[in-house]
Formats: sequence, structure tokens, C-alpha cells
Amino acid sequence: MIYGASAVYYRELLILRRRLTRLIPSWCVSPLLYLIAFGFAMGKHVTLDGHTYMEFLLPGIIAMTSMTQAFAISSEINIARFYWNIFEEIQAAPVSDISYVAGEVLAGMTRAFLAILVVLVLGFLFGVVLSLNPWFWLAILLNSFLFASLAVGIAMLVKSHADQSLMTSFVITPMAFLGGTFFPLENFPEWAQKIIYFLPLTHAATAIRTAAFGNRPSFVSLMILAVIGLLFFCLSVWCVRKAKD
Amino acid sequence: MIRIEHLNKTYKTVQALKDVNLEVKQGELFAFLGPNGAGKTTTIRILTGLTRLSSGRVSLNGFDVGNRSIESRRQCGLVPQSINLDRELSVFENLTIHGKLFRMDRQERNKRIDELLDYVEMSDRKETLVKNLSGGLKRRLMIARALLHSPSILFLDEPTVGLDAAIRRKIWALIRKIQQHGTTIFLTTHYIEEAEFLADRVAFLDKGSIVVVDTPEALMNQMGVWALDRLKEDDMETHYFNDRKEANDYIAAHKDSFTLRRVNLEDAFLALTGKKVK
Repeated sequence: MIYGASAVYYRELLILRRRLTRLIPSWCVSPLLYLIAFGFAMGKHVTLDGHTYMEFLLPGIIAMTSMTQAFAISSEINIARFYWNIFEEIQAAPVSDISYVAGEVLAGMTRAFLAILVVLVLGFLFGVVLSLNPWFWLAILLNSFLFASLAVGIAMLVKSHADQSLMTSFVITPMAFLGGTFFPLENFPEWAQKIIYFLPLTHAATAIRTAAFGNRPSFVSLMILAVIGLLFFCLSVWCVRKAKD
Repeated sequence: MIRIEHLNKTYKTVQALKDVNLEVKQGELFAFLGPNGAGKTTTIRILTGLTRLSSGRVSLNGFDVGNRSIESRRQCGLVPQSINLDRELSVFENLTIHGKLFRMDRQERNKRIDELLDYVEMSDRKETLVKNLSGGLKRRLMIARALLHSPSILFLDEPTVGLDAAIRRKIWALIRKIQQHGTTIFLTTHYIEEAEFLADRVAFLDKGSIVVVDTPEALMNQMGVWALDRLKEDDMETHYFNDRKEANDYIAAHKDSFTLRRVNLEDAFLALTGKKVK
């Protein structure tokens, strides 16, 4: 399994390396706009639980970035599958479905971690310094694992690149705004809080923020991320199998 | 060795392959000939594990494609119809990825890459990005990539489609060279002259069924030696002769415009299926 996964991962790393000079500026744009518009302009005089709004916002942006960048691997898979037919080259090789998913998920996680490093540097430039303890990295790891696993499965289910954009519009974007990224969940009506509690990003944002403030995140949140992540991983393996016509 | 027994493939309501039975011996160059949509690519996709079969049994060197897919995939190399190289990566990087997918260690992989680039006359392109290669070079690279892990069976799905005549002949020479090293080659094509020039045996496929399997010579001999084409208003009429004199006598007797040529595989295909290979 390891050989197959490492080969798939190696391919994605080569492509990532080739595009890195274009990707780093693109990773800066959204976080920079959120930090300027929400953090600097709107939330300048806002404090939440003794933290400035900028300190509240940055872990949320980190949670969102780890989600969007891990999920972005689905676009890469789709381009390789629908436009370049490279998926066939991997399918024709003696690589198991689980190895393929593991390689792609690792690639999505790597992409998420690199993008988070960029966000941390931007946060530092805005004067926000977070506690980068093991709990912080564990929460990011679980969140990126979850969304990279979801991405591989969805990439196998969609029939075109356009379908992929629809999934982003209907699943990822709403979660990015409602999952406790920009404002506390307590600001929602009680009925809405109950729904939002089921979003994985809610648990990721809460866990990352708690850890970033130097506290230990809720065990339940970390477990929820781990269990949903594993479930998505298994579903992705099944989807890869089903992708053969 | 490739063995196909009672192979059927159905896509929803369309039966793409109907009870296909075939055996290709080690070292043989076998061509699958048929019009577009006959089921050539579906057969190759099933043989290489890209598509699941509906019923029947398929094995490569004794390894069942369905039950022992990982082992059967190790036996073969595939050159698909469409270019499936990583455009943004170099020739060397594309080959390295393939070597890693087939669990080749670094030393063996790098040695084999150098050998194969030399073999396909692309040693000077090792660091070139694939997007900067011509169509013919991309095809040669795909063949080199399929041979990297030293498979005993090579599947070529329309290997020269879209290439000009000169480059096509270069690819043919390369295919011949590969066969001389003992590799079994399973080729699909709708270029008649390609099958005629390369194949030891040919199978005609029509609407998912094998119509006939034989050597190109035997199939053409059934028709005669000379073919006389007469263009009618909306069709072409062809007469076959064993002797050139007979053909000339026919032309003299009919006072019409004819084209005299040697019989080819397309004539045999036309006679057996009633349609042209296009």
C-alpha cells in the first residue's frame, strides 16, 4: 500500500512544486481580504472573550483555509481525470484503490498545511501571534484529512468539472461562512446553532481557536473530526472502485 | 499470453461486447480491427483492468484480470488512445512516476529510463516539459513509459491515430522492434495498412462480436489478388480477380472508368461485415 500511495503522492508533489510560485500569491488573496475587511476595518474595536477580533478571526481563517485547500485536491484530480486522462495511468498500474486515496489525501493535506503557513505569516504581519501547540496542529491535521478525503470521493462522483464547482458552491462556501469562522456560534438563533453543530468545520474552527488561545480543545470535537474523516476516507475508496465503468 | 473466454460487456442497455473468445500467444503481434464503436477500446480497457467486465473470464499470463487485478496489471503496459501524460512535468518526471507506480527501485528505474529514452530516440529530451513535445514525440514517450517496467504484454490502443504518415511509419518500426524482443503486442487500429504491415494475426470486430480471426495473408487470399474499383453514382463497386490479365480483360469489356489495385484487408473486412473500417 505504501509504495502505491507514495507514488501518487510524489506525482502530486511534483505538480505542486511546479506551481508553487503561482499558488503562494493565490493563497494570500482571500485571507488578506478577510483580515483587512473584517479584522482591520470592521472589527477594529471589537473584543470577544477578552481577545481582539483579529485574534478571534485568524484561527477561523486557518480552519477555513485548511478546509478549502484540502478540498482543492478534488479540482486537481478532476483535471487529471477529465482533461488529461492521467487517472487511467494510475488505474492501469498495480496500485490498490486505498493506496490511491491515501496518496491523494496526503497531497491535499500537504497543500492545506502549506497554505496555513502562508496565513500564519500574514497574521504575524498583522500583529497576531497564536499559540502553535501540538493541539493546534492536531486539529488542523484532522480537519485537512477530513476535507481531503471528502474531496477524493466527490472527485470520483462528479461527471464533469462544472459539477465540481457546484459542489464547492453548495457545500464548501456555506460551511466556510457558517462554521464559526467569522463570528461566534452563540450569535446564531438556538435552532440554527443545533444545525451548525453538525458541520465539521464548526468543530474544526472551535478546536483550532481553543488551541490557538493556549487551551486544550474539546475531545468530542477532535473525535467528531477523526470519525467523520475516517468515514469519508472509506467512502472515497468505495467511490474510486465505483469510478470504473 | 492473453486469454479471453465468453467475454460480455453491457453499458446500461447497450451490449458493447458479445461472447468474445480469443487467445493471443506469447510474442505474437495481434491486431484488433474494426470500425469506430465496434468494441476495440472496451476490450483493451477490460484487459488492462480499467473497465469491469459484465460476464466471462479474462486472464493475462494466467492471472485473472478480475480476481487478481494487481498481479495482472503488473504483466502489461498500456498505451491508450488519448495522450495521458502530465503536461506540466518533464519527460524524466513522467517516467519516474510510472516507475514508482510499478514499484521499481531508484537505481533500476533510472537505468531503464536512460535505456528506453535511447530506444525511442529521445535521450536529448529527458528534461523537456511534455507540453513542449510534438504529437509524435508524445506517442513515443507513452510507448517508452508503457515499457518501463518491462511488461511481457503491451497494449496499444490506436497508437498512431492523428499522426502524419512519416511519424506513423517511425512508430511502426518501433512496434516491430519491441516485438522482436519477445513482447506480446495487442494492437487496436482502424488503419488497415497498420494491421497489414504489423500483425501476425488479425481479428475483425463488428458490433461487439468477433467476425473472424486469421493471418492478414489468409484473409486477403480469400478475396483474390487484384481488386477493380468502379465508381458508381453514389457507391463503389469492387470486383476481385486472382490474375491481373483477368482484371484487364474485364476493364476492356466494360469501357468504363476503373481503378486497379492489390487486394487489402479492408476488402476482406467489407466482404465479411458489409461495411468499411472507418
